[in-house]
This record gives sequence, structure tokens and C-alpha cells, in this order.
Amino acid sequence: MNAIIASALLGVLMMFSSWITDNEKTHTRIALVGLLTLIVVNCLQLNGLYTIPLDTKGMLSFTQFGLFVNTILFILTFLYVWLNGAEIAKIGNHAADFYALFFFILCGASILTSFNNLLMLFIGIEILSIPLYILTGADKKNLNSNEAALKYFLMGSFSTGIFLLGIAFMYGATGTFQITTPVVHPTTGMIREQLMLSAGLILIFASFNFKVSAAPFHFWTPDVYDGAPTVFTSFMATIVKATAMIAFVVLFHSQFKALGYAWNILLTFVLLATLFVGNITAVFQRSVKRMLAYSSIAQVGFMLFALYGATSFATEGILLYIMAYSVASIGLFGVLIKMKEYSFEAFNGLAKKEPMVAAITTIFLLSLAGIPLTGGFFAKYYMLNAAVQSGLGLWLVLVAILFAAVSVYYYFKLIQAMYFAEGDPAIEPLDKGYQYKLLVFAVLILALGILPNVFLSYLYF
Amino acid sequence: MVLLSILSVPFIAAIILLFVKQDEKANYIAIAASGIALALSLNIAFNGADNFDAMWLSSLNARFTLTADGLSKILLLLTCLSFPAILIATSKNQVKHKNQFLSLMLFAQTGLLGVFLAGDALLFYFFWELALIPVYFLCSIWGGEKRVAVTFKFFIYTFLGSLFMLIGIIYVYTHTTDQSFAYASFKAATLTAGQKVTAFALFFTAFAIKMPIFPLHTWQPDAYEQSPTAVTMVLSAVMVKMGLYGVIRWLMPLFPDAFSAHSNFVMLLSIIGILYASFIAIRQDDMKRLIAYSSIAHIGLMSAALFSNTEIGVQGVLIQLFSHGINVLGLWIIADVIEQQTGTRSLQAMGGLAKQNPTLGILLVGFSFANIALPLTNAFVGEFLMFNALFQFNPWMAAAAGVSVVLAAIYTLNMVQKCAYGEVSESIQKMQTPNLPAQFVLIVLFLVVLITGVYPAPLFDLTADTLQQLFIK
Repeated sequence: MNAIIASALLGVLMMFSSWITDNEKTHTRIALVGLLTLIVVNCLQLNGLYTIPLDTKGMLSFTQFGLFVNTILFILTFLYVWLNGAEIAKIGNHAADFYALFFFILCGASILTSFNNLLMLFIGIEILSIPLYILTGADKKNLNSNEAALKYFLMGSFSTGIFLLGIAFMYGATGTFQITTPVVHPTTGMIREQLMLSAGLILIFASFNFKVSAAPFHFWTPDVYDGAPTVFTSFMATIVKATAMIAFVVLFHSQFKALGYAWNILLTFVLLATLFVGNITAVFQRSVKRMLAYSSIAQVGFMLFALYGATSFATEGILLYIMAYSVASIGLFGVLIKMKEYSFEAFNGLAKKEPMVAAITTIFLLSLAGIPLTGGFFAKYYMLNAAVQSGLGLWLVLVAILFAAVSVYYYFKLIQAMYFAEGDPAIEPLDKGYQYKLLVFAVLILALGILPNVFLSYLYF
Repeated sequence: MVLLSILSVPFIAAIILLFVKQDEKANYIAIAASGIALALSLNIAFNGADNFDAMWLSSLNARFTLTADGLSKILLLLTCLSFPAILIATSKNQVKHKNQFLSLMLFAQTGLLGVFLAGDALLFYFFWELALIPVYFLCSIWGGEKRVAVTFKFFIYTFLGSLFMLIGIIYVYTHTTDQSFAYASFKAATLTAGQKVTAFALFFTAFAIKMPIFPLHTWQPDAYEQSPTAVTMVLSAVMVKMGLYGVIRWLMPLFPDAFSAHSNFVMLLSIIGILYASFIAIRQDDMKRLIAYSSIAHIGLMSAALFSNTEIGVQGVLIQLFSHGINVLGLWIIADVIEQQTGTRSLQAMGGLAKQNPTLGILLVGFSFANIALPLTNAFVGEFLMFNALFQFNPWMAAAAGVSVVLAAIYTLNMVQKCAYGEVSESIQKMQTPNLPAQFVLIVLFLVVLITGVYPAPLFDLTADTLQQLFIK
């Protein structure tokens, strides 16, 4: 509750802060302070110290898990703004507007981590999505950015419609918007209104696939990620995607039993398609930014393993996954922003010119590829373990690791360009401060890779 | 604690080296660190060491367990002997950014030591991958002309293999009674016969790629040829042993039935590999490639002997793990000395080494004899036991594998003849000053060859407990 109210208020505050001052640096500082406040306020509730008393009639429920996810999301946003503040200021006229949108997105995110009602889920998703359409088109003078925003908006609205239809079906089946576990008839073993419930769930499933860009609903992703200003791509591909994924997992962990066997078939199809499309297409990309867009689809393929069963591996794993994935991706986009062009050749010889940045980028890439000692390894490990534990055929896991090996190919292509190719990298001069900020991200990745326990222990307080 | 310290010495030195810019200083630090590790490994081998155990990831119940039995000890000795030998022998080589090179070498040593000491499956996997990453960078940055493509092939191959092993580990882990990665729990895991075959296949793929067993060997000759020689030494003397180690440590005790059920098949593959590699070695003109193929043949023999699943065969392999490492190291060092001073690896361009540098000539002949396992050399002991085991298992297989002994004599002696004898060729004439550090290392290694060849009893004593574990009657 604290986070929802605080983030909405902070968003409004941010909107008006450009009246007080025009200094963009000050805006960034206000946003950082605001984010810190948000973290503190949320932690008050997480530790049971103070919660704003407000009766939501059971429409929201604040679990340890949800509040912990909030903390992670806020910290990630803080790190993101801390790293990218100067870049955000370069886009558009008032950076404060963008920060305001970030806070609204976080408000949507806090609802998505605590919904107990389909309407709340819907509102959360909309609050999360609408600022994104604006952010995508933030670079007003760039035609690509405009195109991307329009495309995203049109397709996003369509998926919203599907989502609403799904909710309507579920309401028809259960007679309530509250999230309830499907009622099994004691003697026949049937679920009441099975057909209508399943239809609703499948529509919601499709719409969620759109939000997290899982195949075959991924078509908007590369264009939008490519067209949007790179700083905002970084935000969309990490924090927003992570939020949607968490809501996805939470909703279906309580509902998937209603779909019976169909659930496994459906999910397996989507998972394989996502892994296939993401990985194979990423191999052929010439632009690093597009490669990262496809690789983010591929990463979703792995995250989907968390949906097979509500095991502790699935819930812990998805948390670890979004942490490792987001930190590495924000860092990687942070390097990408500083490149003058986004082709692989632009990275040639980076190791000679900027050895520290090259080493840090390598750590990010190794993490995305899932090599031990980096956070990405344990993230993938938990996902695979969740899959094996839920009693799936081993073949699916084997296919997944084949695709993981494919992903090594395109991540290492960048490492090869940086280290083993000669050339003059097209990178803007980097000051020491920025490099140290990137270093913090790399250290976080390594910490996640050696002692993931420390980050998960909060779940069990 | 001594087990933890042997891991941390190279690790800490590797980190320090990143900040040491002077080549000379970096060399001393690296050699000193590997020397300390050698001293520690001798201490562990002959005085034993207590297990080190600490909780690592409590939610997974994964522990940081280090143990050393005979199998670990003999590979510990090999690793810790190889690294100072390699570093001293190649200390005169010109390498760009030498501190980074040495740092990565020591990281690789840390990974290898971790693999041989890990007593917990997840930790084992962790180190297994960690040993690979530094080698990837070593080969890609400092290797030969085609280094990037070749190393990448090598990397993808082994990475895919280890992912199969990871699935295997998860698979067994979910079937352990106490949800633990500990070696004992893995041994006690409740798997049905069919599940054991699946797990066996998953583990075996990783080990087969690493050894490598025919037809998964294609990464190896190219990788050996294109790597900087110091790294080739690490690869062929120590790193291929990871595969064999994995078989003895994990496959044999964990899935004994699946193991013996597939022994015919694997042995057939191994023997095909032995003959195939031997025939190719005969046709090689490049000295590095020749040694590479000869190494594949020897490893093939070891894997065949392992899958004979007899006590005597495993005993032979345990001895040969060490001996093969020392022998192939000797040959590589000689090849490197020649290449560094003459700039060629072609056997056609060589000749007259014995006249030009008698010491090196004698050492070449000595290590070549060890390579074909003549009596009095260390390899004889192991190979004798291994052929004995093959014969017990199936005489026809033994006969087929036995052809490789003849072939080994052909290619090895051919190499000696072309390299050491005849008139002094133009390129060999360039070898005016002897490379003293390399010769010193070679002499030490040759002493090891002779001593363990004449008196192998300490090696038998060292590995007795592993054998007893595996073949309790």
C-alpha cells in the first residue's frame, strides 16, 4: 500500500518540479531522492513497521513476496536512473516529465505485485503500459521513435482488449473478480464452468505473452526496442518486463490447474517458440541493439520455465532471474548508449581503448549467456531445476540448453569483436565516474553469481 | 584448510598479477605462486589432508566441500607439477601483456584444482566451467592465425557438453533423498535403472567431449595447434584429464550398471579413435599436430581401459593419468623450444638437432621412448596394466588397440629421426644458445619419467584407496 500511494504522489511531485527549476541535474537528483524514499517507504511495510491503513476490500493483498519484488524493482530503477540520468536529460525538453512517468510505471508495478483481483490486475497493467507508449515516442523528432510508439500503442491496445475479454469470461465462470483457486467438484473432479474459465485464462495468457514479448506475440518487440530511445529501451526491456513476468507467474501459479493438461501443451508451445525465435533470429542480427531485443525474447523463453509449477524453485528462480537479467541488461544498454553506432563492428578493438569497459561488458555478456560465477548462471540453474522438478519430459530441458548454447554464439560475437578484432571503436569518451558506475553493476552480477542466497534470504524473514 | 589454501594461492596470485605491469616481476610472482602450490600438493599427497566443508547456498543445500582421495591427489600432483614446469619453460617466450597472460594461466589452474578437489556436484560443475573461461581467452588472444574461430568451436563444444552435465546433475539432485549435491547423496540417489541410463548419458556426453572420444574429438587438434604452446601444454597435459577424472569420480560409482551396459559401445568408439588418431599422426608434418594426435590416441587407450571396468585397467589409468601428463608435457616443451628458436614446426625443415644441441636431442629421444611406452619409462607401467585389462575384457579389442603401439612407434620414431638425426638443417642452425630454463625443466621431468618408471610403487600406494572404493568385493 505504501509504495502505491507514495509512487503516485511522487509522480505528481515530479511533474511539477520542472516549474521550480529548469536544471536537469536537479531533476535527476529529485528523482533519485524520490526513489530512495520509495524504497524506504516500501521497506517499512516489508518489515511490518508501518503500513498506511486503507481498506482495499480484499482487492489487494500484500505478501512478503510481492513487497520484496517491489524492493527489487525500486532498487533496479534507482540504479538505472543513477547510471542513465545524464542520458535521459538529453532526450526531449523536460527530463522531469520522464521521471514522473517512471514513478507512474512503478505505481502500476506495485499494484501488479499485490493484486488479488482481476480488475486490479487490469488497472495495474494499464498504468504500467500507457507511460511506456509515451516513453517510446519520447524522441519526437525521430521518425523511428514515432513509428515505434504508434506501433506499440496500437498493438498494445489490441492486447488490452483481449485481456479484458479474458477477464469477462473468467467473471462469467466464477461470478467474481477476486482471484480464487479453481473449485474442484468433490465427487466428479470437474471444475465448475471449466470451458469458460479455460477460454478466459487462455485469452489472458495470450495477452500476458504480448506484454512479456513471448512468441508468437513478440512481433512488436524488435521494432519498438530498436525505435525507442536507447535509454528507454533499457528501462522497458528490464524493469517493465520483469514486472509483467512476475504478475504473469503469480497469476498462473494460482490458476494453471484449471487448464489441466492443456496448460502444459500451451506453455510448452509458447516456450519453445520463444526460445526458437529469440535465439535463432538474434544470431543473424547486425545491430547490437536489435540483437539485444531478440536476446530479451530468448531470455523470456527461459523465464517461462517458472510457470510450469508453483515450486519454491520457480518463485525463487524467477526473482533471481529478473535480478540477474535486469542488472546485466541495464549495464549492457549503458555501454551501448555510449556507442556512436550500434553495429558489431563498432565494438572492434574496444578492449585496447577502454580495457575496463570491455571487461565489464564481458561480465554482462557472460551473465546473459549463463556462465558460472555470474548471476545468470544461477538464474538459469533455478529455471532448469524448476522444470526438472515439475516432472516435465527431460527433452524440453535438453532443447532449452541447446538454445542456451546458441545464445553463447551471439553473445560471444560481441566479446570477440571487443577483444580479438582490430579496429577503432566508435565509442564516446567515457569519464571515470561513469566507468565506476558500470563497475558497480558488474560487481552486483558477480555477487549474484557467487552468493545468490544473500539476495533471496529476504523471502524467508 | 590446506585444501582451501592450495586453491587460493593461484587465485590470489592471479588477481595480484593483473596489477603488475613489469614482465620480469610478473614472471617471478607466477612461478613463485605455482611453486608454493606444488609444495602444498606434495604435502597433501604424502601427508593427506582433512576435508574442507562449509555451507555455500543454503536454499539449494549446496556445500563448498573439498576432499582429496587418491584420484584427486594424483591429479593434484600432476597439475601442480605441470604449472611451474610450463611457466619456467616458457618464461623466455615473448608474450604481449605478459601479466594478463600469466594471470589467466593461474585462473585456469585454480579452476582445474577446484575440479579435482570438489566433493559436491554443483561445486564440481562450477569449477568445470571456470577452468574453461580463462583458457578461452588465452587461446583467442594469444593463439595462432585462425585462433578465434578454432577456439570458439572448442568453447561451444565443451560448453554444450557441460550443459548436458548440468542437466544430469539437476536430474540426479531431484532424485536424492535429502535434496543435496553432496557426493554421498548422489551415490545414494534413488534412480530406477532407466533413469540411471539417462543420467549416465547426460554425464557421459560432457566427459566424452572433454576427453575427447571419437567422433566428438574434432575440436581438439585445431585447438592444440592454434593455442599458444604454453596453453596447449595445459590443455593436453592437464585439462583432458578432467574428462577421465569425471568418468572415474562420477560415472563409475554413480551408475555402475549403466556403465557396464555401455562399456562395449564406448570401448569400440575409443578404439576407433585410437587407430584413427594414430594413422593421422603418421601423416603429419607439423610437429605440434603430430603430438596432438598422438595425445588423442593415448587418451583413447585410457578411456578404453576405463570402460573395461576391471580393477587392473583402472589402476593402469590412474598411473597413466600422471605419466601421460608428464610425457606429453616434455614433448611439448621440446617442440616449443625448437619453434621459438627456428620459427618452424615442420619436420621437413628440421634435422641434426642431436649435433646442434646434444642435450635437447637426448631429451627428445628420452621423451619419445616414454611416448611409446618402452620399459623403464613411466608409461610402460600404465600401458602394460591397461592392455592387460583390455585383454581380459575382450582379446579382439585388445588386439585392435595393440596395433596402436606399433603405430605409435612409427610416428614417434619418425619424428625423432627427422628432427634429431641427419645433417644440421638451416633452421636448426639458428638454435645457437640453449634455452636453459626449458632444459632444466626437461631434465627434472625426465627424472620423474625414469623414477616413476623404475619404481612406481609410490603412485600405486597413492591411488590404492580410490581403487578400493571402486572395487569393494
